[in-house]
Amino acid sequence: MEWVNAVVQGVLLGGLYALLATGLSLSFGVMRLVNLAHGDLGMLAAYLSLVSVSMVGIGPLESLVVVVPAVMILGYVLQRGLLNFTLRGGVLPPLLVTFGLAVIIQNALLTMFSADSQGLDAGPIETASLAITDQIAVGWLPLLTLAVAVGILVALQLVLSRTGLGRALRAASDDGEAARMVGINNRHIYAVAMAIALGTVAIGGIFLGIRTTFGPADGPARLIFAFESVIIGGLGSLWGTLVGGIILGISQTVGGQISPAYQLLAGHLVFLVILLLRPTGLFALPGAREA
Amino acid sequence: MTAASQRVASRFRVQWATRTSRLATGLGVVLFAGLATLPAWGEGGTLRLLIEFFGLLAMAQMWNLLAGYGGLVSIGQQAFVGIGAYGLFIFTDLTSLPVLPAIACMAAGSVVIAIFTSLFAFRLRGGYFAIGTWVIAEVFRIVASNVRELGAGTGVSIASLVRMDATERLELTYWLALGVGFGSIVLVTLIMRSRLGLGLAAIHDSEVAAAGLGVNVLQTKRIVYVIASVGCAIAGSVLYLQLLRIQPVAAFSVDWTVKMIFIVVIGGLGRIEGPIIGAIVFIAMRELLADYGSAYLVALGLVMIVIVVLAPRGLWGLLTSRWSIALFAIRRRLVER
Repeated sequence: MEWVNAVVQGVLLGGLYALLATGLSLSFGVMRLVNLAHGDLGMLAAYLSLVSVSMVGIGPLESLVVVVPAVMILGYVLQRGLLNFTLRGGVLPPLLVTFGLAVIIQNALLTMFSADSQGLDAGPIETASLAITDQIAVGWLPLLTLAVAVGILVALQLVLSRTGLGRALRAASDDGEAARMVGINNRHIYAVAMAIALGTVAIGGIFLGIRTTFGPADGPARLIFAFESVIIGGLGSLWGTLVGGIILGISQTVGGQISPAYQLLAGHLVFLVILLLRPTGLFALPGAREA
Repeated sequence: MTAASQRVASRFRVQWATRTSRLATGLGVVLFAGLATLPAWGEGGTLRLLIEFFGLLAMAQMWNLLAGYGGLVSIGQQAFVGIGAYGLFIFTDLTSLPVLPAIACMAAGSVVIAIFTSLFAFRLRGGYFAIGTWVIAEVFRIVASNVRELGAGTGVSIASLVRMDATERLELTYWLALGVGFGSIVLVTLIMRSRLGLGLAAIHDSEVAAAGLGVNVLQTKRIVYVIASVGCAIAGSVLYLQLLRIQPVAAFSVDWTVKMIFIVVIGGLGRIEGPIIGAIVFIAMRELLADYGSAYLVALGLVMIVIVVLAPRGLWGLLTSRWSIALFAIRRRLVER
């Protein structure tokens, strides 16, 4: 029974990983940009939530209303003012710039908040759970996280398939030059994509901050989980990212059930095996281009 | 070759050296000889600083070979720093070999490991290759943290080296570091003059065109990855001759790769001169600004971003933007006989 429980908890953890991964997948899909500061920007959101909790006195879940738009604006400005300039010179510049950004964010957080681990206190919802059987209880918070992840993916899917913005995003993704020729302002569209990407990772960062304690150096680990979810799921597939997150989540909880020391290792190994056997991931869209 | 093209070809030959490169080589030899005598008259502190300098220089040369020449951005080279460190421990303490054979055995082992990890990493491209190499380094860190023979999470001290006479160890480490530092420069120069380097240059300009001309793109990149990784492992083991205490978190820390990237980007990506300038600037900045702690790292990150966006060829590129100076003879020129 505890194994079934591990799988259930893994599925729920997958919701969190999908939240972290969606933005990484989106920014890669639209502008072929692998943002190495992605995890650190999620941590930045968690710290911003911490600040608004202590300064305004709202709960971390309420702080989403403030922090997410703030991080989205940051994403727009970052893309428009910096990252757009790195996209023309090949593979290296965007990687080096976002890596520099990651180092800056980590050390700025370290200077401002010290290396102590912090936590976001969301009140009774953190421990409340729904008993399914005697031995399996599903926490409301992980359930909410998964629901939010699914909600965001549905919303993103609708935006991409039904709106003018979505059309522009898909056009810029398929062929940036051609999109420009038919009058799409790529620089703006890329910035909007980065705003959405960072908005989703901000939500992920805050939910993560409620779930566990966090520190200024945690960004890279979040980036790695997000990346593993994207690759397991398959490049270019939004729903694949959710499945990838869930597979990673289950691998970690089941590995942790074997021995706590193997929690992270099990996730990495499942990722590496899938990479070896099915390098395009489980749900790669036909024609999804590689970096 | 037709008779006509043979006639034309016979009138030309390929020349490598320039006056600058001959001068630079001469100065390099003099500098190497001078630095080799340093243990006889230099202070211990200077030796220790230079050990770090040459170790980081070698790692940065290897990262530059990988990313600057090979186009493979790895943020997982710390895997091989850790392998160098633990390999040194395994072959000196557990199998009681002297230092040099121990490093040779470690290097041989890391060839196998690099080929094995390339099977995974080369399934990914571009930015995802970068994160993939990082995952691989994490796997090594977690494994080392769980193996009791390697000291698990707390790590190990290399006991046989701790017992060694301190002066003797310092001098040996210094000479090895000097050799690794200069050796990395010679190695990259030779690679760029070889068939492999020609293939790399072609791939750098256009992967498709290079493949069309018969360059085996994947194999060329894999060879470069293995060379750069083994070189990094050797440099890592030399640095750990000085550090002596190996902890999984520190040995497999991404900070190693952060340093390599800073050095290469600040000095000049894709130029042999780049890591040399970069390592000098990096060590100087750290000696001057280390007291500022993490604020100093924020500044380094900013400098890196500014350089990538505004001066993508680094400090060496800025210095040589007016004059075309090349200290290393890696460019083929056709001259009339």
